[in-house]
Amino acid sequence: MHDTSVHAAAHHGPPTTFLRKHVFSQDHKVIGKQYYALALVAAYVGMFLSWLMRIHLAWTNAAIPGLQLLSQSGAPGGVMTPELYLQLLTMHGTIMVFFVLTTAPFAAFGNYFLPIQVGAEDMPFPRFNMMSFWVTFTAFLFLMASFFVGDGPSLGGWTQYAPLNAVGSVGGPGQGSGVVLWAISIALFCVGQLLGSLNFITTTLDLRVKGMSLMRLPLTAWAWFITSCMGLTAFAVLMPACILVILDHVAGTSFFVPSGTVMNDQILPHSGGSTLLWQHLFWFFGHPEVYIAIVPGLGIVSHILLANMRRQMLSQRVLIYSMGALAILSYIVYGHHMFVSGMNPFSSLVFSFPTLVITIPSTIVVLIWTFSLYGSRLRINSASLFALGFISMFVSGGVSGFFLAQPSLDIMLHATYFVVGHFHLVMGVAAMFGIFAGTYFWFPKMAGRMMNETLGKIHFWLSFVGAYCVFMPFHYLGMAGNVRRYATFVDDFLQPLIPVHRFITIAALITGFAQLIFLFNLIYSHFRGPIASQNPWEATSLEWSTPTPVPWNNFDKHPVVYHDPYQYGVKSSVGDYVMQASPEQVETEHDEK
Amino acid sequence: MAKLFAVTIFVIAILSAIPILRHTWVAPEDISTHGALIDKQMSETMAEAGISFLAAQFVLGFFIWKFSNRPADAKITKFPGGAKGLVIAAFLVVGIEVLALGVFGAKAWANVYFTPPSSDAMPIQAQAGQFAFYFRYPGPDKKFGGIHPEMVNEGTQNIFGLDPEHDVDARDDIVAAEMAVPVNKEIHLLMHAKDVGHSFFVRELRLQQDFVPGLDVTLHFTATKVGKYEIVCTQLCGLGHYNMKAYLNVMPQADFDAWLKQQAGQ
Repeated sequence: MHDTSVHAAAHHGPPTTFLRKHVFSQDHKVIGKQYYALALVAAYVGMFLSWLMRIHLAWTNAAIPGLQLLSQSGAPGGVMTPELYLQLLTMHGTIMVFFVLTTAPFAAFGNYFLPIQVGAEDMPFPRFNMMSFWVTFTAFLFLMASFFVGDGPSLGGWTQYAPLNAVGSVGGPGQGSGVVLWAISIALFCVGQLLGSLNFITTTLDLRVKGMSLMRLPLTAWAWFITSCMGLTAFAVLMPACILVILDHVAGTSFFVPSGTVMNDQILPHSGGSTLLWQHLFWFFGHPEVYIAIVPGLGIVSHILLANMRRQMLSQRVLIYSMGALAILSYIVYGHHMFVSGMNPFSSLVFSFPTLVITIPSTIVVLIWTFSLYGSRLRINSASLFALGFISMFVSGGVSGFFLAQPSLDIMLHATYFVVGHFHLVMGVAAMFGIFAGTYFWFPKMAGRMMNETLGKIHFWLSFVGAYCVFMPFHYLGMAGNVRRYATFVDDFLQPLIPVHRFITIAALITGFAQLIFLFNLIYSHFRGPIASQNPWEATSLEWSTPTPVPWNNFDKHPVVYHDPYQYGVKSSVGDYVMQASPEQVETEHDEK
Repeated sequence: MAKLFAVTIFVIAILSAIPILRHTWVAPEDISTHGALIDKQMSETMAEAGISFLAAQFVLGFFIWKFSNRPADAKITKFPGGAKGLVIAAFLVVGIEVLALGVFGAKAWANVYFTPPSSDAMPIQAQAGQFAFYFRYPGPDKKFGGIHPEMVNEGTQNIFGLDPEHDVDARDDIVAAEMAVPVNKEIHLLMHAKDVGHSFFVRELRLQQDFVPGLDVTLHFTATKVGKYEIVCTQLCGLGHYNMKAYLNVMPQADFDAWLKQQAGQ
């Protein structure tokens, strides 16, 4: 614990030009907003692609007006071809996992609030921080460019399994330039996240203000810290894997294509590659990535629940240890994605047990949240509704993990819609609910204005019920054997399931409409919302001790921390809480040193 | 608002459970000798996951109902037992639950993968390529001819890249686009990928296994019920993935013999 934030500030003075202030800014708050804006654009693009896919799955031969604009050859007469379906699927998955679920809860909120919550004036490496955003932005441009280059984006899915990812255009539309652009984009994204992670770790360890012991860090700060530790190791594995794919395309190497591969009756000029190598590298990143997406959500939900329960958690330490356990276990469970991949079946059993064990820390987190509600004075607002909705979604998506952790059941459920339902609920919808909760909660601090609560509640109700209508039936489809990644359903046994797909599509369109309400609320409130006070939620952590809008160096005066972050349910001079930076001594159940 | 939210959670939880309890969407009847253990494991996991799901949602809903929007002077109370009790409960209840699932699930898995095929199991080679399955039977000599990737030619119907001119074993190999097997006869399936990754999934057989390019994987199974079942690809393999399928035709032995004879004649 050092008071080094003064030195960090010395790295850069207040910006004077428009470009330095709003574009190439080194201010963590501007960078956080830039990440949020990128995630917002990406989320709506990703959602739009999912609408197109859902309409096609429900009404395969329906012409979608304007679809030709997206791909002339992929949509003759506006009817989607199977290859365009798979290209949209790849782009939807990649955009959502990387540019929304990683970017918003971690890079956007983390950038904005981590330095403030530890009492620092900025991150320790502001140039790296600026670079991290612009590299990520460039990565997004590379990915989107694949719509306009060659024969379109890759059709290999966001997991880009080998050797389809390395054989080139003989593998199908988009498997040439589309895959190369995908791999460049993701490799760049990894660079951005590595730079970000370095900054987050150093900020947490070195820039804490006086009195801010590790155990006095808010749960959000802990979540971002743990996530950045995961990011540092996970993205460091995915980046070289992407580089090897690029080399297989442009340098004639054979990392992922074995000997004797025959396509179009021609033997490919590759030899000695391993297809399973890609899966190991990808999932060694891919499973921690699931937790990179969700752990910030755990922190955000805890933080928001605390401010709205008006009491301490039953145990803050247990929550921190549980998040740490999730992070560590996430590296030794990745093989559950590969139970039927052809790896040694004994390995499947070895990977199965830690996967089952990971339910223990997850359960503990849910129990601590739920039973902390007991005896609280819960306030209901848009932020707390989304935080509570997160718990419900996290449980619903989590229990299907019991099935997928077992190789014997994976035989029936692997590559079916059961898996799609599982991960959409637990890391997609839950993480999105974390982002929404965070937005409603922190918007007053970030924008200086309040969001409209009525619109927020309508957004919540449509999203909560809608998401269940979309993703719960996915599990039923999977149990009946409905295979995922099919452009259309031609198998006999899939015909009776098509009405379920139609129900899901209608629900998805309505739920998507609700997200437009959110967008309207966000933009309208940014300009016309009522002016926010410094601490509208009567919350305790440092971001609420500083004025709104937050000054350039975060604090008018360096704060000193006297209390743990969540002193709610006490009697103080300001009400039922005492702020971290307040020297006032109050009678409390527990206060960290 | 809070009470409405609680009720919504209750309703969603109950509605979600109804199709499960009514078996509205389930896997078709098992036709394998190993599938019973998998089905049993599936039901037991469903019971445990279902109870956890309902309990968690109901408690969450109940607490939201009871403890929201209370007056500012309402007393804040702590759940009896605190965090310690919850952590112990999680370790004990969930720990025992997952241990049991893990151990019994391992048995069902071992039943499929850790037993060798019997010596008289009938070998069939399945080859997956964009976007079709083909099946090869060794013929009367009971030996498969070698695969020569450079000789694969769909135009001349040399699907597997056989060299009957120089390879005696390949001469009587029988290649078919459907997979016929005799009922109650153990099959030793040798899986070969021609190009990219594919998968072999037959719901009724309780079998799913990837074809791995460069690595031949084997499976063994016994089909116990005569009928025609769909074999579908579950590993994304390209634009025709959705349409990559074949049929598993389980026949009485006599019908199978006749079928094989007919295929050999083609």
